[in-house]
Amino acid sequence: MTTLDARGLSCPEPVIMIQKAMKTKEASYVMMVDNHASKENVTRFAEKAGYTVTIKENGGEYTLEMRK
Amino acid sequence: MNQKKEVRNILIAGLVTGILGAALVLFGNPKNMGFCIACFLRDTAGALGLHRAEAVQYIRPEIIGLVLGSFIAAMMSKEFRPKGGSAPLTRFILGFFAMIGCLMFLGCPFRMVLRLAGGDLNAVFGLVGFVLGILCGIFFLNKGYSLKRTYVMPKCEGFLFPAIQAAFLILLVAAPAFILFSPEGAGPGALHAPIIISLIAGLLVGAMAQKTRLCMVGGIRDFVLFKDVKLLSGFVAVFAAALVVNLILTGATEGTYFTLSMTDQPVAHVDGLWNALGMLLAGFACTLLGGCPLRQLVLAGEGNTDSAVTVLGLMVGAAFAHNFGLASSGAGPTDNGKIAVIIGIVVVAAIGALNTFKKEN
Repeated sequence: MTTLDARGLSCPEPVIMIQKAMKTKEASYVMMVDNHASKENVTRFAEKAGYTVTIKENGGEYTLEMRK
Repeated sequence: MNQKKEVRNILIAGLVTGILGAALVLFGNPKNMGFCIACFLRDTAGALGLHRAEAVQYIRPEIIGLVLGSFIAAMMSKEFRPKGGSAPLTRFILGFFAMIGCLMFLGCPFRMVLRLAGGDLNAVFGLVGFVLGILCGIFFLNKGYSLKRTYVMPKCEGFLFPAIQAAFLILLVAAPAFILFSPEGAGPGALHAPIIISLIAGLLVGAMAQKTRLCMVGGIRDFVLFKDVKLLSGFVAVFAAALVVNLILTGATEGTYFTLSMTDQPVAHVDGLWNALGMLLAGFACTLLGGCPLRQLVLAGEGNTDSAVTVLGLMVGAAFAHNFGLASSGAGPTDNGKIAVIIGIVVVAAIGALNTFKKEN
């Protein structure tokens, strides 16, 4: 499982990060983001890539768990 | 929120935005300029005396509405979060040159879409340049371009930009003598819808753009990078709605809101090369900024002070453009403007390279 920290980064950077990471085709990834747009965009990208996304919120930050 | 719902929402936002963009012309805004973030920031800069071009001086309520609409929507959904500190001076300079590019073309990406919807074929050259500029930005994004992370700022910092807009609204309504307004017949600055209509249109579009992340640059960028059509759908919806309303208004009123031609277009020139290069610069700079001028206003309303600094860069760029003869007019581009656009492309490329190809600490 690869963990990526995209907190403080704004789109499209978090999506480019997950896009590059997903080239290794792992079964699961975890990404931390801190804004709604990144949460939505990464979720949309991961779901299109066939991952199921679970989102946990903690004080304005989001942890996205992506699993095949 | 599922993907279909997100696309549906941005389609609705794009359609309403396009309708309002076309309708504002009916109420008094210049032709094909229901919304133009670059032109309106330029007009506001002129009203504040930052430049002395008499034809383009008016505090545009649409800008005030866009920021406050985004601010209110973000507060209601608890998305208001002051943050900043991601290379603010770099963003200021990118904003500055984005404006230089926009004023070469005579419009921001938003007005480019509205010009296309009004039948202005010069905007096709602008669109080609805009796409090429975004592709230049994408080249750097794919190589690792980043202006690094933002940091949480004090609440007060995030409130300042919306507060400045509220102050602008007071100045607009009070109209003290030191605020400059284009006299009747002087040019685009003298053409405007009633304040309340412009303000409400801005508030609506600002709130919808905050909810849906509507962005003219993001539409093409995300489609190329990720084959994601969400933002592009909004872009297309703005065009479609404005086109339909322009055609209806042309048929139903005595005015002409759609003319398919290159010549005699309102607030436009026919130099295809410089229309394209102007929007190339704007598209390139905005891709490195992460969003078009509209998106920067909306983000500033959400408390993003990096975007607020970008807007200040846009305004200073507009002031320079008119103080030093860089802005085009209906007669065409100026020699100074051409030099400024070339310098802009070089500077933006250098910013892209310096924030991409660097040694990691």
